[in-house]
Amino acid sequence: MSVESIDMPASREQRTVEAPVWQVRVGTRLSRVAAVAGIVLVAVLAALPAFASRNLIQDLIFVLTMLTLAQLWNVLAGWGGLVSVGQQAFVGLGAYALFAGIVMAGLDPVAAIPLAGLFAAVIAAVLGPLLFRLEGPYFAIGSWVAAEALRLICAQFKSLGGGTGMSISPSELSQMFGLKAVQALLGLRPAAARDVLVYWLALLLAVLVTLGIYAFMRSRHGLALAASRDNAAAARSVGVRTGRIRHVLWIAVAFATGMVGAVVYLQKARISPDAAFSVTDWTAYVIFIVVIGGVRTIEGPMVGVLLLWGLVTYLAQYGSLYLVVLGTLAILIMLFMPRGVWGAAARRWQMQLFPTQRWLGRSR
Amino acid sequence: MSGFDTIIEGVLLGGVYALFALGLSLIFGIMRLVNLAHGDLILLAAYLVLSATTALGLPLAAASLLAVAVMFVLGFVLQRLVLERVLGDDILPPLLVTFGLSIVIQNGLLLGYGADSRRLQAGAFESSSVTLAPGLSVGLAPLTALVTAIAAVTLLQLIFYRTSLGRAFRATADNPAIAQLMGVNERNVYAIAVGLSLAVSVIAAVVFGIRASFDPSIGPARLLYAFEAVIIGGLGSLWGTLAGGIVLGLAQAIGGRINPEWQILAGHLTFLAVLMVRPRGLFPARRT
Repeated sequence: MSVESIDMPASREQRTVEAPVWQVRVGTRLSRVAAVAGIVLVAVLAALPAFASRNLIQDLIFVLTMLTLAQLWNVLAGWGGLVSVGQQAFVGLGAYALFAGIVMAGLDPVAAIPLAGLFAAVIAAVLGPLLFRLEGPYFAIGSWVAAEALRLICAQFKSLGGGTGMSISPSELSQMFGLKAVQALLGLRPAAARDVLVYWLALLLAVLVTLGIYAFMRSRHGLALAASRDNAAAARSVGVRTGRIRHVLWIAVAFATGMVGAVVYLQKARISPDAAFSVTDWTAYVIFIVVIGGVRTIEGPMVGVLLLWGLVTYLAQYGSLYLVVLGTLAILIMLFMPRGVWGAAARRWQMQLFPTQRWLGRSR
Repeated sequence: MSGFDTIIEGVLLGGVYALFALGLSLIFGIMRLVNLAHGDLILLAAYLVLSATTALGLPLAAASLLAVAVMFVLGFVLQRLVLERVLGDDILPPLLVTFGLSIVIQNGLLLGYGADSRRLQAGAFESSSVTLAPGLSVGLAPLTALVTAIAAVTLLQLIFYRTSLGRAFRATADNPAIAQLMGVNERNVYAIAVGLSLAVSVIAAVVFGIRASFDPSIGPARLLYAFEAVIIGGLGSLWGTLAGGIVLGLAQAIGGRINPEWQILAGHLTFLAVLMVRPRGLFPARRT
């Protein structure tokens, strides 16, 4: 990280002036251990399809895609202050762009994923200036309205199934890039091989998004973003272009969210406007993950998604009750543990695995 | 006459949307709180009235009065126990808490009442109509909705500008710290504001529940309509909110006349168009 020196007045000990006395630090010894552990974990996860059951792989696709969405919402709303309740718009757009690419343009599904992200980003770029006219909390509902409008527009496309949706037949996906290689490598049937391929794509996205956000928040741009949220006027006065940084963040998050949507619906192979633009599935769960885990930390969404996964296993069969429990839990956490489970633990034991805060320490 | 009918229908629909919007507008104006559970609280009120009429066998008017009292107390308690703790400079906590509340209420209603469509029974009132001019008759229920909306705005304006409570509301909205120095109990003012917002929502729920059937899943859409009415009309003006509701109702009625699938979409697009052309709304309050 950048080392900034501050000129100190000559002290009694006649310290040599050249050596910086104070240092801005971000990393800790624990964070370097965590980085190594993270690399090992990703390697294990990448090798997992060789011996894990298909059920576990499908569960992990859910965990990884939700984690990615949670990280993206966390950077947008937590650090950026753009509290969007309309992120389902970009999941849906990515999913619909994927289906349009496969069905209408005959694209390879894997190649269509980045294009789906691009499509979501373009729509975000158009909507952004409009929604940014709504101050703070009103932006939240405004983004929700935009998502609803996009849902209704997608339902108008009869060639993509209209209001009832459509499926892609397995035969259309059988020629997908990489599928034959995975089949040969692991000796799987096409349907199972598609799950593995989607799993790897989900893992790749989760790792890239998490690393990207981590690097961004540790860079000076991340500092500028946090400053824009905390006090826009003060941030502008020191040269931060608050409007631009938020707009770029909004578009980048939409791009990645669109790709997640495409990956999720590549596995489902069936789409409908109500499911792809579902506020419960793509925004409520995501918000609960971040709130329960801990807002404004890299670790929070990871902890949150694991807790959610545990709750799903025990409570998902109860449907509505599951959401009542989750919602109540999120409210209680917001009231009594506003930093979330991870935030509270990190504060209690003074530990940070992926630190983004800067602190000033004496240089060694 | 078909075009004229559509306009009448849109204006009357606007009355309902204005009623949805008043409660939202009220607490945003006073305490800068955006209540994402507003739509679901309207639905909760509708189910309360439904239960009071069916389980307790009360007439609709008595059931509504009972629900007004219950929802006022609920709002007061909600503010004191929950919302008060998260109000502050950071906009994230209140949004997340009200969003959580929205999910809890919606799914709680689903558990309690099931997913079936319900309707409030108002007897002959539902289907009767009045003739305003030769060849022009409108349903009594939709007309009552608009009249109720106008009455509600008038009443709220009177409370705001003619009573000491209204003075406390306005003072707290302008500067809570100084209002408190002048002897205004900020905590009570906020709690009464939320209670009043939910009480108004009962009126919205009854008027809506007579006109159309409802089920637990439609709360968020009510929130969005309410919000659109507030923004189209312009922040900080109750009459503007009424006008915004009518513009939204007109947009939906006209869109629905062209193609039934476009009804809701036309409303959303009108909202986005207003945001593009007049970001401060069509009838903003004259304030700096």
